Amino acid sequence: MAAQMVEIRWHARGGQGAKTAATFVAQAVLAKGKYGQGFPEYGPERRGAPVRGYTRISSTPIRRHCGIENPNIVVVLDSSLLDSTAAGVTAGTDERTVFLINTSLAPDEIRAKINVPGAKIYTVDATKIALDNFGKPIPNMPMTGALLAAEPFMDLGEFLDAMKVKFSTKFSQAVVEGNLRAVEKAYNEVVSA
Amino acid sequence: MSKVLQQELVALSGNEAVAYAFKQARPHVASAFPITPQTEMMHKFAEFVANGESTAEMILVESEHSAMSAAVGAAAAGARTITATSSAGFALMWEVVYIAASLRLPIQMALVNRALSGNINIHCDHSDSMGGRDAGWIHHFCENAQEAYDTGLINFRISEHMDVRLPAMVNYDGFIISHKEDALYLLNDDAAFDFVGPYKHKYTLLDPARPLTVGPLDLTDYYFEHKWSQLETYPRVFDVARDVFDEFADLTGRRYGFWEEYKLDDADLVMVVLGSSAGTAKDVIDEYRDKGVKVGLLKLRMFRPFPAEQLQPVLAGRKAIAVLDRSASFGGWGGPVFTEIRSAAYGLPGAAPIHNWIYGLGGRDFELGHAAEVIEALQKIAAGGEQPIHNLLGCRA
Repeated sequence: MAAQMVEIRWHARGGQGAKTAATFVAQAVLAKGKYGQGFPEYGPERRGAPVRGYTRISSTPIRRHCGIENPNIVVVLDSSLLDSTAAGVTAGTDERTVFLINTSLAPDEIRAKINVPGAKIYTVDATKIALDNFGKPIPNMPMTGALLAAEPFMDLGEFLDAMKVKFSTKFSQAVVEGNLRAVEKAYNEVVSA
Repeated sequence: MSKVLQQELVALSGNEAVAYAFKQARPHVASAFPITPQTEMMHKFAEFVANGESTAEMILVESEHSAMSAAVGAAAAGARTITATSSAGFALMWEVVYIAASLRLPIQMALVNRALSGNINIHCDHSDSMGGRDAGWIHHFCENAQEAYDTGLINFRISEHMDVRLPAMVNYDGFIISHKEDALYLLNDDAAFDFVGPYKHKYTLLDPARPLTVGPLDLTDYYFEHKWSQLETYPRVFDVARDVFDEFADLTGRRYGFWEEYKLDDADLVMVVLGSSAGTAKDVIDEYRDKGVKVGLLKLRMFRPFPAEQLQPVLAGRKAIAVLDRSASFGGWGGPVFTEIRSAAYGLPGAAPIHNWIYGLGGRDFELGHAAEVIEALQKIAAGGEQPIHNLLGCRA
């Protein structure tokens, strides 16, 4: 079972929407008949504090309920966390781990900053994409688009449809459409090395 | 066996899942006071009331003592009644929790397990539920959102059965289950209500033709006999529960029991665990099975009444047993699950050594490595090695 499961660990700061992203991806994969699990690490609720989120995707029911110590994919919503040992972005990773970083830097520039020999690194400027498309520096949803490019757990169209259904009851059409555009842009713009 | 119902796979948190179960049972009254991590469950239920999907009367009270008091009043008046709480909220209900069971009122409670203070901690352990284990309620523990939802429905049937008439709680791990987005199958509203059935009552405060007194003074002359009649009830719960589990399995394809056995048939080594940790343990047991280690899991679901005699054949013939407790009994000889299991195994011929691990207090994560640590210790015990009876798991002791 474990072999068919993808474990994703999200690193962010409070207020960047890591919980929403981690749980939304878990919901969206249902459309593909896959099982998803999404949850944040609950701590002090402070804007700006380092937070973690977790997502599991599997073709079979997911049984484990622990945090993710050895992620297949690490998603970093705030690149300043790369400098923080307390945030533990690289903890439990190895050369098979995929890193996806929200940054204006290129993958090789990130590689020079973090010690992850052999690991594949993706980068995308999700904050800029967010600002350009819906006017707020909230990178969570564009990062889900970049994640989908790095780990194609479903088609982009299906993912966008699921997003529309989920968020249309809560947000204005302008906000939803801005986010959809941002997801698609991040999906297309993410680069790897 | 009837045809298994087509069900919809949805993504919900454990709290939302239980709110659905409670809504689908069409309760007449809901009384509650918010506390983390239960709040979201009643929030969702209140939303059902607000948008007309539930006709329950919501009683918003000023404390949990009042929440349970209002539930007792409503249930005594003949209403199907629900409530929910966590941790200190359950502790504040304390006095009335006993009254609900003593008056034989089949109130349903979601107890979203959270540590007790102090210090203040909002995360999961089972101290809240275990504090109330002798109060007379039916206690079910759940591994995931699916089980919490299913048990939410099942409990109505067991609890309201005329041979039982006892309050029941569905326990699920705070945050780990309550706040985790998980995939589960939901019954449609009609099928769920058909399963639960309309509420029946035996006595009601609101029947002028049969006036009655509820909860009067009961002294040395009769109190003991009334407790005797209550004590006599608990063995009957097992027969009723078995029938309800069968019926639920026919309907949904999901079979529950007093416990679940995982790779236990030929297991020399056994881990006993409640709640969400069972799922994590199963993944680790698979790894050890691949290495040829004969280890299995006994996941207890029903902790009250405790199925001691039923468990004896399962406990017999093993080489080593580890009981994991997500609560401590301060000054006691091990955690509450440990002492029950060890009592149940007393006198079994060739009984295996039974050791206790206290883990996960205050939400400390139960990691894959922790389950492995227990299995390694079980192998050592089975080989005749030294291992303390009482152990801590995942604590920087």
